[in-house]
Amino acid sequence: MIAEIGHFALIAAFVLAAVQMSFPLYGAHRGDIGLMDLAKTTALAQFALVLLSFAALVNAFVTSDFSVLNVIQNSHSDKPLLYKISGAWGNHEGSLLLWVLILTLFGAMVASFGRNLPPQLRARTLAIQGMIAFGFIAFMLFTSNPFERVLVPPANGQGLNPLLQDPGLAFHPPFLYFGYVGLSISFSFAVAALIEGKVDAAWARWVRPWTLAAWCGLSVGIGLGSWWAYYELGWGGFWFWDPVENASFIPWLFATALLHSAIVVEKRDALKSWTILLAILAFSMSLLGTFLVRSGVLTSVHAFATDPERGVFILLLLVIAIGGSLTLFAIRAPSLQPGGLFRPISREGGLLLNNLFLSVAALTVLLGTLYPLFLDVLEAGKVSVGPPYFNATFGPLMVPILAAMVVGPLLSWKRGDILSALSTLWFAGTVALAAIAITLIYSGVDGILPAIGVGAAAWIIIGSCMELAERVKLFQSSAADTWRRLRQTPRSVYGMTIAHLGVGVLLAGVIGTTAFKTESVQNMKIGQSVAVSNYTFTLDNVVSLQGPNYVAERAVFVITEGDSLIASVNAERRRYPVEQDMTTEAGIHTTWLADLYAVIGEGSRSAGWTTRLYKNPLTPWIWFGTIIMAIGGLVSLSDRRLRIGAPSNSRKKAVSSRPIPAGAQ
Amino acid sequence: MRSRKRQRLWLVSLVVILLGGAAALAVTAFEENIVFFRSPSDIAEGKAEIGRLIRIGGLVEEGSVKRTAGSSEISFSLTDGGASVAVIYNGILPDLFREAQGVVAQGRLQTDGSFLAVEVLAKHDESYMPPEVAEALKKSGYWQENNAEEGMKGHTK
Repeated sequence: MIAEIGHFALIAAFVLAAVQMSFPLYGAHRGDIGLMDLAKTTALAQFALVLLSFAALVNAFVTSDFSVLNVIQNSHSDKPLLYKISGAWGNHEGSLLLWVLILTLFGAMVASFGRNLPPQLRARTLAIQGMIAFGFIAFMLFTSNPFERVLVPPANGQGLNPLLQDPGLAFHPPFLYFGYVGLSISFSFAVAALIEGKVDAAWARWVRPWTLAAWCGLSVGIGLGSWWAYYELGWGGFWFWDPVENASFIPWLFATALLHSAIVVEKRDALKSWTILLAILAFSMSLLGTFLVRSGVLTSVHAFATDPERGVFILLLLVIAIGGSLTLFAIRAPSLQPGGLFRPISREGGLLLNNLFLSVAALTVLLGTLYPLFLDVLEAGKVSVGPPYFNATFGPLMVPILAAMVVGPLLSWKRGDILSALSTLWFAGTVALAAIAITLIYSGVDGILPAIGVGAAAWIIIGSCMELAERVKLFQSSAADTWRRLRQTPRSVYGMTIAHLGVGVLLAGVIGTTAFKTESVQNMKIGQSVAVSNYTFTLDNVVSLQGPNYVAERAVFVITEGDSLIASVNAERRRYPVEQDMTTEAGIHTTWLADLYAVIGEGSRSAGWTTRLYKNPLTPWIWFGTIIMAIGGLVSLSDRRLRIGAPSNSRKKAVSSRPIPAGAQ
Repeated sequence: MRSRKRQRLWLVSLVVILLGGAAALAVTAFEENIVFFRSPSDIAEGKAEIGRLIRIGGLVEEGSVKRTAGSSEISFSLTDGGASVAVIYNGILPDLFREAQGVVAQGRLQTDGSFLAVEVLAKHDESYMPPEVAEALKKSGYWQENNAEEGMKGHTK
């Protein structure tokens, strides 16, 4: 019964989406306030209905209602409660419902917090949101219904893929989708602005907080996924340039570019059409990512052909959304008023450089991700594009941005003085050059890229702090003056400094893990020791143990450095009888400076076990850096000027500058 | 107005230089780093380059998995029904590595005809058959339809 309520709620939300995408758009065209306000009501009601539907699905999973096909395929009554709940979105149908839930959540947030928005812009934005919701709910209802029943319920379910039974992965999809789908708001704002034919500073101020919120969610989501891959897949790596990872990384790169270009629109009224294009591209890449992951083309283009219904449906949505918005862009962009002029060396110039490099880097990642698909479709042979391609293209493209991101904030708008900016940063520059030299001479690592990476990390971390110090005149002025300047500095500036610091920390972690790790693979018997860098791993014991829904073989490693005991870690191989599947749990001891990482493979007491031991320098910094970046985003989001319900003085200005032209368009 | 033109000029040149540079980078990276898929039959016919990073796929031949005592080295044969290749791998095999199961190995062909794998991939699903392997088996006429299109469930990574 409850499952049927969920299904009906979804159908009702579908009907509301149809209303929301049509009437308010017409109302905005005619200047009819009543029709425009309809969007607000439908957006809120739609969210309530999808929430009800989602609750019904979670309920089916929690109560192990095996008359629902989705529950049979993805759950089991022995599963711990957390994974019963996360099982609701650990499958194709349920994850789409989560997708739509977040989509309607954003719609409802625009409806309730967007009181200061001009009514036409709000109506049009919500109408575009309605169109996206309409497409995706239709997709669910017609091809992927999560509430499908079976006539004869089995005694128990088939269980959830054990790899997904993990706390990191339970929360990975909600964050990731918050980011993916949050970008839909920037997209809807961009399309609404194109329909209106008007982009100004106020528009940028409304778009930025949404993009920022989505960006934070996406960063945390990608970070969680990477963390999970690191400890669960047991390969000692954190990023594999796997197509599924790339599918989330490409929108992140575009969203990062969008965040920066929106600043230029807000402050200088320039780069308007470029910003609109980025907003369209960022969400288009989210849609493309959804298509790649959900249609099965990644495993094989032939898998796509065997279940064409779903793939063709999403492909159609993709063509309509991306094709439609880009066509609209092509028609409308030339008529946008060109904004303020600026010299190449200026704050705008720096932000533009960031944008161009991020976008081009995103395109090279996209190319590498899609290339095997192209060749496969053309029957030109089977290939795979692995990390070497991405490292060789993405790495060099990041170097200029990393170098420029410290200088940019020190340049003034319109026309900057690069020499004075560089002279402020002399200390950071000296340390960076020294770090590069030391790495090249002493580390014995091949290639110049790791050394440049070490230098860039030092440059960014020290440079970002120096930029803030310069701003508040630390040690150049009285303590009281510095304190006053500290208090007057807007939160968005702190947000930027923190986020940039996070990039530096993340970069240090990435370079440390990829270029300086020590790995050792061998056969070990109980009592045997192996030296990994300056540490010694001793296989102390291997025991069997019983988990809630698995049995495990647990290896206890004792790690020592010289004579002192560092830690004891447990590496497990788990067998899940219901799913007939095995998983690996790495044993990790983390210090601030490195991860000591142990994995156990097959073996026995007499023959010994295959073990894989790593020292991964600075790996924890990858997660710290990601968290610091997201905190930077949140601090910036808390800035008064960016608050979702924009401040009252700008509201007056905005409203007066946007009179409602009755019937005008 | 002249300055607007000038701004457009340097903007466009910057974009062109950047795109050109990125394209050059991508093309070189593709040339050097693309990993081709070869079946055991391809290798028997001498179609695969020696020493270059390639992927091979097939079924793990029953009874062929050998572990060297006191070492982490493992050897096994991969077959597509037509031909088979001896694979040597040093490390932990994926959790779902079994005999008679389809796997993909990435590594380099040695001059003695054996394949030194740096990575062995088997998907985390019992019924899953790597698509490249399925195709190779089909080509050599070794294919059973029933274990084909299963296993689309739970492709997370």
